[in-house]
Amino acid sequence: MERVDGNAIAGMLGELFVHEMTSARCRCDTCGRVEAMGAEHVYAHPQAPGVVLRCLHCDNLMLVIAHVGGRWRLGSTGVTWIELGES
Amino acid sequence: MIAERRLTWLIATAVDVVAETSRVRTLVLDVPDWPGHRAGQHVDIRLTAEDGYQAQRSYSIASAPADDQVALTVERIEDGEVSPYLVDVLEAGDSFELRGPIGGYFVWEPGLGGPLLLLAGGSGIVPLMAMLRHRAAAGSDVPARLVYSARTADDLIYRDELERLAAAGDGFELVPTLTRGQPPPGWHGRTGRVDGDLLRDVVDAHAHAFVCGPTPFVEAVAGSLVELGVDPARVKTERFGPTGR
Repeated sequence: MERVDGNAIAGMLGELFVHEMTSARCRCDTCGRVEAMGAEHVYAHPQAPGVVLRCLHCDNLMLVIAHVGGRWRLGSTGVTWIELGES
Repeated sequence: MIAERRLTWLIATAVDVVAETSRVRTLVLDVPDWPGHRAGQHVDIRLTAEDGYQAQRSYSIASAPADDQVALTVERIEDGEVSPYLVDVLEAGDSFELRGPIGGYFVWEPGLGGPLLLLAGGSGIVPLMAMLRHRAAAGSDVPARLVYSARTADDLIYRDELERLAAAGDGFELVPTLTRGQPPPGWHGRTGRVDGDLLRDVVDAHAHAFVCGPTPFVEAVAGSLVELGVDPARVKTERFGPTGR
């Protein structure tokens, strides 16, 4: 599967968060690098129930977002923090 | 500043369709309750079949924020579920579901300054065109350069408009390059892929770079920019995946 980036899941993130999330900064829990969520690597497929966001520097798994059975589940195992701008 | 709000599905109606190339057309839309957008943002489009099956894809906004109507430019992906309908079937007067504007990372506004270095592979030109239209409409004098890679001259989207903008003498330079076959007689652009040799001629190390196109194009170009000394924090990327969108 060819990767895309956080821009590709901006609509999905817009369903879950009131903030615009692609410009939110996030810290990789493995390598410590901080990037905008829009810049991180994303693996997604239209028929898949979810997407995976990986660190663009070290490929660490940062976020998993799944939509199954009418519910969303967001796994944030590889993110130390997410920083949102004030609106 | 556009107020933050929850993303909801809207009904868009095509008021005009414009053929750009044999594979690409622009949809000019009427979208009631459209909140306005920023140059570089996209929308999601959702089509629903009679049996309830839904297909959803993202398309970049081509129009400038100040334009009266929202315009999307869509390339037909041969085995696609959404683009063949949008490019070949949809007519003026038809409606579909749309939500947006979406995104905030891959966005340019005149206040960000320049120089602006835009790098497009194929239909990756679309969000960059919104930035160039915004720059022109806003009367911005930020120096801007567009490196635009297409397969053939016939595949160059917005070619006439880009050449007019480049002839206006307001600090915008067009650097087109063709990657397949022989260029047409009288071709003044480049040939071949956007590689380190081409970029060395056009890169300003202080530029704000926006790179958009298929994933291999974006990653090769972004890597070359950093090797040429551009600050990675000033290189913003948007990948369309293997075949564009």
